[in-house]
Amino acid sequence: MPEQLIFAMEVTLNGLMAGVLYALVALGFVLIYKASGIFNYAQGVMALFAAMTLVGIMNGQVPFAHLINAIFGGHITHFGWTIPSFIAILLTVAVMVLLAWLVQVLVMKHLVGQEPIILFMATIGLAYFLEGVADLMWGSEIKTLDVGIPQGINLWIDEKTYNIFGYGFFIDNLDIVATIVAALLVTGLVIFAQYTKQGRAMRAVADDHQAALSVGISLNFIWVLVWSVAGFVALVAGIMWGTKSGVQFSLSLIALKALPVLMLGGFTSIPGAIVGGLIIGVGEKLFEFAIGPMVGGATENWFAYVLALLFLVFRPQGLFGEKIIERV
Amino acid sequence: MEEGYVTEDGRKIGGVVMEMKNITLRFGGVVAIKDISFDIRQGEIRAIIGPNGAGKSSMLNVISGFYVPQEGQVFYQGKPRPQMRPYEVARQGIARTFQNIALFEGMSVLDNVMTGRLNYMKTGLFQQAWWKGKAEQEETENREVVEKVIDFLEIQHIRKTPVARLPYGLKKRVELARALAAEPSLLLLDEPMAGMNVEEKEDMSRFILDVNDEFGTTIALIEHDMGVVMDLSDRVVVMDYGKKIGDGTPDEVRNNQDVIDAYLGVAHD
Repeated sequence: MPEQLIFAMEVTLNGLMAGVLYALVALGFVLIYKASGIFNYAQGVMALFAAMTLVGIMNGQVPFAHLINAIFGGHITHFGWTIPSFIAILLTVAVMVLLAWLVQVLVMKHLVGQEPIILFMATIGLAYFLEGVADLMWGSEIKTLDVGIPQGINLWIDEKTYNIFGYGFFIDNLDIVATIVAALLVTGLVIFAQYTKQGRAMRAVADDHQAALSVGISLNFIWVLVWSVAGFVALVAGIMWGTKSGVQFSLSLIALKALPVLMLGGFTSIPGAIVGGLIIGVGEKLFEFAIGPMVGGATENWFAYVLALLFLVFRPQGLFGEKIIERV
Repeated sequence: MEEGYVTEDGRKIGGVVMEMKNITLRFGGVVAIKDISFDIRQGEIRAIIGPNGAGKSSMLNVISGFYVPQEGQVFYQGKPRPQMRPYEVARQGIARTFQNIALFEGMSVLDNVMTGRLNYMKTGLFQQAWWKGKAEQEETENREVVEKVIDFLEIQHIRKTPVARLPYGLKKRVELARALAAEPSLLLLDEPMAGMNVEEKEDMSRFILDVNDEFGTTIALIEHDMGVVMDLSDRVVVMDYGKKIGDGTPDEVRNNQDVIDAYLGVAHD
């Protein structure tokens, strides 16, 4: 087999893995957008906040330590214990649910029926507020996150591919775990949406508020639920990205990478978020591999956004989005 | 008073299910409903009629909790009803349809009607997700009710069709099915015949009568087509400019001078 083709296969595989991580972020956007029509700009910051909270809880960090020390003149930073990652994850889920409830009660509840642009602006405000709170609570230094996910080259794949092609593929263990987790997450979400009472109610609210009320669904409850689920997805994305590149504030910028994914997949489709993520992941890696060297490289972001732009022009609803029909 | 009465066609009407006492509803300076009282009795078909803008829909929205009146009290099953959100009213057994159809367009007819059963699903989230034992049994029971309603309203052939693809008349019927699936103790219909052709109107009238007959459902409906209403209903409230100008059997209402004036206009000399 020609060498170039073998490289291309490795690049494609790596692209798929990267795409899964994009899809994880995009998924959080889709959930909230579907159920409430809000484009949640804060989704990336929620992933950051979740990851920071998880690290903080695991390390037994005192929340708001700087603030407490500044007021009372102490020097506390840690409680002096560490918490196992599984329990810490559960506690972080609880924090994300609390956050969801606060967002609904303090912000979104008062904006029901407003223009989408106003809701969008509210989530921008939320993003900056949350970033500030995360900083104040846990400090701004870069933290390492290790919940026990294996990292580094997968030797098994390396060996097998070496035997077949005479060249070992470099596939990161973390990416494999991320793929499995994403698959489980999506399966879980689909089962939730299709077969549970709350899932049905969520789809109903996404479709028509008045009708949902008339069959006895509390909009408030469903929105808290949706923000909680989005918070949970943010946590999963935060764990994966945080493990990969450290928990730092640039993590919130991965949200921007979800935008082209959403434009491809459509804002309202869960499978769309996955497929869109994979296409962007593979596309940008292959483009960089094939065309990159001719133009001096660094084409990854360029490719993602140009592809999104093409979609906006020729298929604005995305691959799986609900078709836009103008009735006159 | 509580014993009720017997209709012309021999159906027995029971005690008062819902009573509106001195309801007044304002939007800013506009008075939509002015000091209106009436009751709805067990098993009857009660109509609220009036010209456009009379406040009929507002009244229905007060009953279903979408609007909160500034004055007056709603009594439901003998007890004064505290201020409630629409979903709480729905959970008390009051189902409704809307004038401008409110269906879940993205879902199939079957899924739409199933949402009417949401309040009957009691098993927990994880039980449902795993589809085991009690949850499964509950799902089967709810499905049975839904299938019965679907059969009854003759929409079997479109069970799996996404609602968005249905013609107007059928959408109205699906909405009625969803409301019926909740096995309501009071069914509110907001202009069930609006925008329909004669044939569809006849179908809908038949379904309303059959529902009342078969399930004994108490029905309150709004309509501005006088002819239809008079054939359907046992008792009629007539509204005009937010005020009640008549209340009684179709015959009584038809001969009421105020009602005739409101519908045909009065000569000013």
